Amino acid sequence: MMFLSSVESIFITNGVITAFLFVGLIIWFSYFLSNKLTKGKFHGSAIAIIIGLILAYIGGKITGGSKGLADITIFSGLAILGGSMFRDFAIVATAYGLDTKELKKAGLAGILSLFIGVILSFTIGACVAIFYGYQDAISITTIGAGTVTFLVGPVTGTALGASSEVMALSIAAGIIKSILVMVTTPLFAPFVGLNNPRSALIYGGLMGTNSGVAAGLAATDPKLVPYGAMTATFYTGLGCLIVPTLLFLIVSLL
Amino acid sequence: MVIYGVALLAFSFLLGLILGELFGYLLGIDANLGGVGFAMLILIFLSNYLKVNLNFGEISEKGITFWSAIYIPIVVAMAAKQNVIAAVDGGMIAILGGGLAVFISFLIIPLLSKIGK
Repeated sequence: MMFLSSVESIFITNGVITAFLFVGLIIWFSYFLSNKLTKGKFHGSAIAIIIGLILAYIGGKITGGSKGLADITIFSGLAILGGSMFRDFAIVATAYGLDTKELKKAGLAGILSLFIGVILSFTIGACVAIFYGYQDAISITTIGAGTVTFLVGPVTGTALGASSEVMALSIAAGIIKSILVMVTTPLFAPFVGLNNPRSALIYGGLMGTNSGVAAGLAATDPKLVPYGAMTATFYTGLGCLIVPTLLFLIVSLL
Repeated sequence: MVIYGVALLAFSFLLGLILGELFGYLLGIDANLGGVGFAMLILIFLSNYLKVNLNFGEISEKGITFWSAIYIPIVVAMAAKQNVIAAVDGGMIAILGGGLAVFISFLIIPLLSKIGK
């Protein structure tokens, strides 16, 4: 028994390495499913992301924590490997060898998509909040901010002094958005022409959720990742900039 | 050497984040404004410059392409640490708000794609 517990502690103290092995197994299994069940039509990486989300649900159910499977000690390395440091480092790496001509050509549409994306998502969230009976500007703005991204939600809520119930709702809306973007992007992509650098830039600007865009494009076409990630990275910043100020002002006036 | 590629990537990454922080600070918001985007542009610029002006070899390049290739596994790890429970517990407001925002945004992609073509 002593030996077993030392083996366990090897996995735990080398958490990131354990995470590499674990993710490798998930991806191997996902490509196996993709080839056997869908003849490779449904991307292995899309299946891997869905399996990851299911495991996150199970992990959350078991531990009651907020970091999905990473709250189980032996899988704690997933929080580091899947955290923003490695994710952003790898996203920057994908820009290596990017076609700068495409960036310049789609620049204007990309910037426009950022503004439309933030304002549109906010408006939808705010309308849903009103539909469900919220009437004060602070709650409406905070819930709208959550549908922008789950980072803009709490930033706005804290700035405006929203209630903790509204904050929780706002964060939940943001996480739902992020997960839906991860899962549905490969399904919608063929219908909305998401198959070139230009539309990927616009997609990044409209969706904005970094994790959603990162995973959604990875599951659709990894070549498009840097383009979508490029605009998405400005989205949360723009949201934090205009939601608690300009958009809150507009909501208060209405 | 491989480390030159990794170091170049690390340099671009950190400089980008510093710029993003500065940009946020100047605009008076407590958030990193586009740091990752700046880092990407810095990497593109520097790697093009080094390829032409210095002998930035194929092996150095591997220090960057490795991280680019490990991107999808990182995203899978990221999926496994999401707070899926909170999302499910958010109830109808969260589902409707988040869901409609995603659906309508998808519909707008083809419209915006036409701009400036």
